[in-house]
Amino acid sequence: MWDYSEQVLEHFYNPRNHGTMETVEEPDVAVVYGEVGSISCGDALRLHLKIKESTDTILDSRFQTFGCTSAIASSSALTELVKGKTLDEALNITNHEIADFLGGLPEAKMHCSVMGQEALEAAIYKYRGIEVEHHDDDDEGTLICSCFGITETKIRRVAIENDLTEVEQITNYIKAGGGCGTCLANIEDILIEVQAEKAALADRVTAQLDTSAEPAEVPNLTPIQKITLIQQVLDTEVRPMLMADGGNVELYNVEGDRVQVILTGACGSCASSTETLKYAIENKLKILVSPALTVEQVEG
Amino acid sequence: MTVIYLDNNATTQVAPEVIDAMMPYLRDFYGNPSSMHSFGGQVGQAVRDARSQVAQLIGAEDTEIIFTSCGSEGNNAAIHAALAAQPDKRHIVTTAVEHPAILNVCKHLEKKGYQVTYLSVDGDGELDLMEVEASITGGTALVTTMYANNETGVMFPVEAVGAIAKEQGATFHVDAVQTVGKVPINMADSTIDLLTLSGHKLHAPKGIGALYTRKGFKFRPFLLGGHQERGRRAGTENVPGLIALGKAAELARIDLASVSKEQKMRDRLEKEILQRIPDTSVNGHPLHRLPNTTNIGFKYIEGEAILFLLNQYGVCASSGSACTSGSLEPSHVLRAMGLPYTILHGSIRFSLSRYTTDDEVDTVINVMPEIVGKLRAMSPFSNDEAEWLQDRTEAVATVG
Repeated sequence: MWDYSEQVLEHFYNPRNHGTMETVEEPDVAVVYGEVGSISCGDALRLHLKIKESTDTILDSRFQTFGCTSAIASSSALTELVKGKTLDEALNITNHEIADFLGGLPEAKMHCSVMGQEALEAAIYKYRGIEVEHHDDDDEGTLICSCFGITETKIRRVAIENDLTEVEQITNYIKAGGGCGTCLANIEDILIEVQAEKAALADRVTAQLDTSAEPAEVPNLTPIQKITLIQQVLDTEVRPMLMADGGNVELYNVEGDRVQVILTGACGSCASSTETLKYAIENKLKILVSPALTVEQVEG
Repeated sequence: MTVIYLDNNATTQVAPEVIDAMMPYLRDFYGNPSSMHSFGGQVGQAVRDARSQVAQLIGAEDTEIIFTSCGSEGNNAAIHAALAAQPDKRHIVTTAVEHPAILNVCKHLEKKGYQVTYLSVDGDGELDLMEVEASITGGTALVTTMYANNETGVMFPVEAVGAIAKEQGATFHVDAVQTVGKVPINMADSTIDLLTLSGHKLHAPKGIGALYTRKGFKFRPFLLGGHQERGRRAGTENVPGLIALGKAAELARIDLASVSKEQKMRDRLEKEILQRIPDTSVNGHPLHRLPNTTNIGFKYIEGEAILFLLNQYGVCASSGSACTSGSLEPSHVLRAMGLPYTILHGSIRFSLSRYTTDDEVDTVINVMPEIVGKLRAMSPFSNDEAEWLQDRTEAVATVG
């Protein structure tokens, strides 16, 4: 028997927000849904969102799920997580947050949380009129696992976002390799590539963040001004570069001159690369905001 | 909460009489039956009696019974012995729906250079005797099939298969783990050379089984060592276990006279569920199957979720869905039957025993409609026409 957390069982036995969502005629409100999975895979999720158009905010959410205990619990958790979030905030929800919300999922069931994250993305993309790339017309998305229709793009993404290094983990998260097993060697190759790229990432980003300039003397800032400026630097100077490589940075807190950030995705995984990145970000902030600033990495 | 145990094909409750019979051999009579003193010798007599009891259940002679540790050991030993008996033959015939204790041994043997034919089954889980006939040749060393399938309960016509095997000079092994104790078996007029049975499927404890080997069959041991089991299976006897198996066999023999009681309850359970819940069907041939087993497909919902809801009522059953199998694919048995995906993931097996009561069956009949209704209300699927039932595996977000 699976070792489900109490929260998983609670959300399974008493699921929140299940059902469909009717289109409404109210101004400024849109209803949209995203789908992922299929009955042949053994799990499928249709996620409905009610969105306030002027603010891009999710007002409400419903799910319809075909799947096991943890698939239903993950769907229920997802509908709770997205409520009140802006679409950009919602897009930043990772499958890990869904799993964490449920007090964790058995490793072999992590794919349920991935399904939730994908359905959310599908719904938001649909609302925005962006077509999710399909493996058939995506050159980089070579089909790797034909049993479950998993592309290289998807394997790379889940490996980066969840810091997966073993083939078995990939199978647990997105099922790839769990059918006939003929693609296991290919998945292993992809993971080796991802690891190598990660190792190179920190160096590259450091090089890109030009830290050679002399620290500028910035006039005395109020705490609010300082935080705003730090946020601006992170948003405009640091994040775009990290995101291009599958990483991200979030400002967690500023205490005096201590800037606490959360490094996620490809950045947050290996100790040496985080150290390099932290140093690069610190330099950038010293130059553009205040020479007194130090950067600390905190866990999200 | 009282447990309603309808998972007897997984394992069974140890009969109280069986516990009583074995306890003295745990506590008091701990002697080794091979010892040259009467303290051990009296245990030897009990072992002989237990062997007789097992033999009688299947119409065999005492010397044809080898005690083993489990069904898997029996199957491994049987395959090993059959291949050793005709070392020049390199072909094995089995079926696509065997237990892993056969399938994985066969896969292993394929790597060692054996050629294995996996017989197909039809939508009812039945063999095609024409295919059986065409598959077994003079070069076939071993034909190994199950007597009844653990998931669906479907019974194979083993004597017809055995007759074909005999004609071609192949050894015929039958995995009867699910069958012994549930339907009468008589080895005296059978084509079967080797037959596996397991204690914990017939109200004996786990860790004891037996392998029937037809008199005259040149049996090569799988487990080498001491001279126990007349040199055919080394290792000090699991005395309490085999005493238990003997007692369980005796009880089963008596019980076989009244097994129709189980079948009546199974039929009622099945009929009521099918009547009360739409989009539901029985997997496997309705008649050619064990009296205690029903495998029901509930469309549009997933089996593990059904099991967790049943668990709330103390009801124990099992499912062939991917999520319960430990792998990511649904049951190989149901897939071999070519069942549609709408059923595949939502299959539930109820397996009854002599301890099942009418009240327990009533409880299941009463809770199932609510459970299925709850899950179907959450499911995005509700009929076979849905666009969703197309084999889509990627996130879809077409603008519309």
